[in-house]
Amino acid sequence: MTRNEALFQFLLRLGDNTGILSHRVSEWIGHAPVLEEDIALANTALDLIGQTTFWLELAGEVEGKGRTADNLAYLRDAWDYRNLLLVERPNGDFGKTMMRQFLFDAWQSLMLGKLLTSTDPRVAEIAAKASKEVAYHLERSADTVVGLGDGTDESHNRMQAALDDLWDYTGEMFISDEVDEVLAAANIAPKAASLKTEWEELVGHILRDATLTIPDSSYTHKGGKSGVHTEHLGFILADMQFLQRAYPGATW
Amino acid sequence: MYAQMIKTASNSVKTRDEMSDSERAFQDRIDAGQKIEPKDWMPDDYRATLIRQIGQHAHSEIVGQLPEGNWITRAPTLERKAILIAKVQDEAGHGLYLYCAAETLGVSRDELIEELHAGRMKYSSIFNYPTLNWADMGAIGWLVDGAAIMNQVPLQRTSYGPYSRAMVRICKEESFHQRQGYSIMLKMAQGNDAQKAMAQDSLNRFWYPSLMMFGPPDAESVHSEQSMAWKIKINTNDELRQKFVDQTVPQIEYLGLECPDQTITWNAEKDGYDYAQPDWNEFFEVIKGNGPCNKERLAARVKAWDDGEWVRDGLLAHAKKKSARVAAE
Repeated sequence: MTRNEALFQFLLRLGDNTGILSHRVSEWIGHAPVLEEDIALANTALDLIGQTTFWLELAGEVEGKGRTADNLAYLRDAWDYRNLLLVERPNGDFGKTMMRQFLFDAWQSLMLGKLLTSTDPRVAEIAAKASKEVAYHLERSADTVVGLGDGTDESHNRMQAALDDLWDYTGEMFISDEVDEVLAAANIAPKAASLKTEWEELVGHILRDATLTIPDSSYTHKGGKSGVHTEHLGFILADMQFLQRAYPGATW
Repeated sequence: MYAQMIKTASNSVKTRDEMSDSERAFQDRIDAGQKIEPKDWMPDDYRATLIRQIGQHAHSEIVGQLPEGNWITRAPTLERKAILIAKVQDEAGHGLYLYCAAETLGVSRDELIEELHAGRMKYSSIFNYPTLNWADMGAIGWLVDGAAIMNQVPLQRTSYGPYSRAMVRICKEESFHQRQGYSIMLKMAQGNDAQKAMAQDSLNRFWYPSLMMFGPPDAESVHSEQSMAWKIKINTNDELRQKFVDQTVPQIEYLGLECPDQTITWNAEKDGYDYAQPDWNEFFEVIKGNGPCNKERLAARVKAWDDGEWVRDGLLAHAKKKSARVAAE
């Protein structure tokens, strides 16, 4: 695998993570528990779309076949998507949505922190823009996880159920493959596994404050990073890509 | 024009002789163009009418998230999706300012929401129509927000200070919304045959409901004199509707679309278009709850509120625990 091929895959992973998560978060708009949350969820979804555009534009440039961010987002099928399985999990209740967001934000903030010193200046530049937004996302999702975990009995139980349900999807963040090895050797990106300890500390600390118990499970669902997804992704893409697929070549 | 058929809380306009001293002083301030502020004395009917009007406007913003939200996950490009999310987010923000403006009159946001959910307060009839193709995102911005602006621009001069200031802010964002809506319509109208057909279909469905947004014809519109005397209604329904038609017809021509009203003709004498009235029976049915989406829209809002109860309770319980812990330290 050449460095460029690895970088292309890596950029798809970053852009697909934010793109699919943005899509999921945007499903909430108009249906949130309180008006301020409608606004906050929309804000998160917007930030994530912006990041998706940056990562996928760069992916297209690196690939060198003239594909735009929209081409990559709207005209790839599920097996070419490279997002973590975590971000395609259905929203569930508000607690589950915020738990998913928190587990992802904690990882993304660490990843972007490492990418700030990437030897590829284009990657470092996007990471610098995104990390400011993600610092805020993490603050908000962590506060919500703590607030609901340490709220009423019902909110506590719901947050524990959300954590139990999502936990087995977090391990995939730390599985390194050839893409990571090639980029780590060139100091473009960190090895996936290298973020694990810091992530566990960060997440562990917040979950303790939230009075939640980390599940005693070491099983990891995986496949998203190499294009083997859950059944949910196909439906996300069916919605998202409908107009582009139904009216090929139209401009919008 | 997210407030329709607001029943003024009093039955008739009092003459100066019928007014009490404080009522006369109040009317004099309004006539002199002064703003009424929350702590100022105001007639009970003025307060009650404003709560209805601002509350209905706020509810319209909130329910108005739903028809556009319907297309967020299907927006055709990353940029269009971002713009649409930002727009719907603005609507939620407008709802927030308006609920805050209503709260200055002594009613809480939760009370207003309860009134909406119980069907005792309304929201604009327009949001009970479905969004069936992507061009509807254009038509809503262009026609629906366009009609709203017609009403809201004069309301920037309304007599109640907090409402007037909320309107200034809202109008700025609404005119951006209108431009983005028109830009979608333009792209569609200049697009391929399917896109042109979507644009025409959308205009056909939204034309008359947009005209209904201004409320019934003046001849049948009751209770508006008092609101006009209090400057919480500035123009009549027909004045605004005429202005909207006159502004919109040339835009339809520029888009190369057909006006759904085949009878539309320029009347040089009145310096405006003669146009066909919408089907007012349909309007009253929609207001009564029989529009295509009334049940779904309200059910979606009630579900969001009910499903969110544990979240609101949980966060409140946490905040109390936290302040108790701080107090104990």
